[in-house]
Amino acid sequence: MAGRALFVGLMLLASVTPGAHAATLELPPAGASSCGGCHAPPGVDTAVPTLHGKTAAEIVAQMQSFRSGAQPSTVMDRIAKGFTDPEIEAIAAWYARQK
Amino acid sequence: MMKHAISRRGVIAGLGAVTLGAPFVSAQAAPRVVVIGGGFGGATAAREMKALLPGADVVLVTNERTFTACPFSNLVIVGERELTAQEFGYRSIEKAGVRVAYSAAKSVDGSARVLTLEDGTTLPFDRLIASPGIDINWEGLPGYGMAAAEKMPHAWKAGTQTTLLRRQLEAMDDGGLVVMAVPANPYRCPPGPYERASLIAHYLKTRKPKSKLLVLDAKDMFSKQRLFLSAWAALFPDHLEWVGLSKGGKVLSVEPESLTFVTEFGRHTAAVANVIPPQRAAAIAAAAGIADATGWCPIDPATFESRLVPGIHVLGDASIAGAMPKSAFSANAQAKVCAAAVATLLTGGTPPEPRLINTCYSLVTPDYGISVAGVYHPAGGVIAEIKGSGGVSRADAPPDVRAAEALYAKGWFTTVTREVFG
Ligand SMILES: Cc1cc2nc3c(=O)[nH]c(=O)nc-3n(C[C@H](O)[C@H](O)[C@H](O)COP(=O)(O)OP(=O)(O)OC[C@H]3O[C@@H](n4cnc5c(N)ncnc54)[C@H](O)[C@@H]3O)c2cc1C
Ligand code: HEC
Repeated sequence: MAGRALFVGLMLLASVTPGAHAATLELPPAGASSCGGCHAPPGVDTAVPTLHGKTAAEIVAQMQSFRSGAQPSTVMDRIAKGFTDPEIEAIAAWYARQK
Repeated sequence: MMKHAISRRGVIAGLGAVTLGAPFVSAQAAPRVVVIGGGFGGATAAREMKALLPGADVVLVTNERTFTACPFSNLVIVGERELTAQEFGYRSIEKAGVRVAYSAAKSVDGSARVLTLEDGTTLPFDRLIASPGIDINWEGLPGYGMAAAEKMPHAWKAGTQTTLLRRQLEAMDDGGLVVMAVPANPYRCPPGPYERASLIAHYLKTRKPKSKLLVLDAKDMFSKQRLFLSAWAALFPDHLEWVGLSKGGKVLSVEPESLTFVTEFGRHTAAVANVIPPQRAAAIAAAAGIADATGWCPIDPATFESRLVPGIHVLGDASIAGAMPKSAFSANAQAKVCAAAVATLLTGGTPPEPRLINTCYSLVTPDYGISVAGVYHPAGGVIAEIKGSGGVSRADAPPDVRAAEALYAKGWFTTVTREVFG
């Protein structure tokens, strides 16, 4: 019990100095974790192409052409339309860092 | 939010200044996160939690040793897939450092923050994540109780119910009438009944061509309706009849002894009867005080924290997730966002505003897939669809696109089950 209480106390302390501890947390940018529902790392037996190994610029370009319709797709047009350019750039940069 | 602050202060007040004054470095006690339910939402949340905060003590509470996945179980019903392909264990999750407790969650003391399991174990937590899925609402349809489900299977929780319905279809003579009852919203997997209807019609057309499926629906409008209706008109004109609410489709009661469905407009007696009954959040939600009068759990749209009990987060089918449908895809996406929010809260940060995606694929035949997709964000206190995003597959798509979507559907299942259980 004491441990828990201690922890709650600390949470409160930590929240007084925003981000003090949060720096050690590496969270994916908004939306990125949902892409992984369909896009697997390499080696998974799926018809959906992997995003690992692509550069950020490639991912940004493809997302933009899905959104505009320049690149035909079954589902990516509908998904890309939910993201702004800065959001796509953040997701692309994050994917480009994944091993 | 206010409630949360008060409850924290309550705890602190009981502690005195010693704790508050403790130096930050003595934060040795690992944060404790307990997750209820080892399905799509819970298993994802537990694993993601451990990945984000390796120092946390994460316990996954599951009432089954083997999880049986519902997506693709409609293929099992029509003999196109085996149930074993739906079954997943927790070994990899344990290997990832999550402790797995194989017992049902029984009660939650939300103010003491302790979960008690059926086997007597007590699990104190700093944050609880609940993704217990659905229970059948056995009071929801007169005549339909647990015994009736042995005669008129629901097959809406995958497992023995799935194989029961399959055996009944296999045993049916050619020329038999299959009847399916579909409930009003909300329920698990909005397009699921229509995928099942399609695949049963496909099975009848190819295996028992003198037979027919009658779908009795408590709604006039449903998910991917135009796509389903036009596919049915083209593929199954003689094998599938759908009757909506305004045409008398609402089933008022069932009579299991004679496999009879009673509607406002008449009675239908089936050779094989599939009742998809009304549902609600699994029983632990009511026991924990996180379900409201609707039977489902209201949540904060950014953190999935319960609106009713602070410190408990709810996701997946059990939650009221606004525009997001009750799907495995949603549960998986929500679990990752929820784990990120919980990890942030536990380390003293402010959870970022999330974006979520859902895509529900449905099979009209094993190689004819359609989908509905959406991108979501918190807006006005609920999870709302981002304007201009999402929608359904193109109405005029050629067969190769339908075939591609069927492949992508299978790819999604492989990817998500591998991410969660592999
Ligand atoms: C026929 C059918 C087809 C479907 N097809 C699709 C599809 O194609 N795509 C899609 O995205 N979704 C699909 N779904 C929906 C999908 O199955 C659910 O939305 C998904 O399982 C929800 O995840 P969850 O974590 O909320 O619940 P679940 O996955 O059901 O997990 C809940 C788990 O918690 C356990 N539990 C409950 N109470 C307790 C307790 N007290 N203690 C411990 N454990 C407990 C349950 O036994 C279960 O193992 C389909 C559903 C059906 C019925
Ligand atoms: C519902 C499944 C699904 C989700 C979710 C999804 N994708 Fe896709 N993605 C696909 C499919 C399928 C394709 C192939 C094109 C098509 O038919 O839409 C694809 C193609 C792509 C491509 C082109 C890859 C190539 O090699 O040609 C990129 C880039 C991409 N997606 C990025 C994303 C990003 C970023 C997200 C998250 C914001 C995302 N996808 C979410 C299914 C998905």
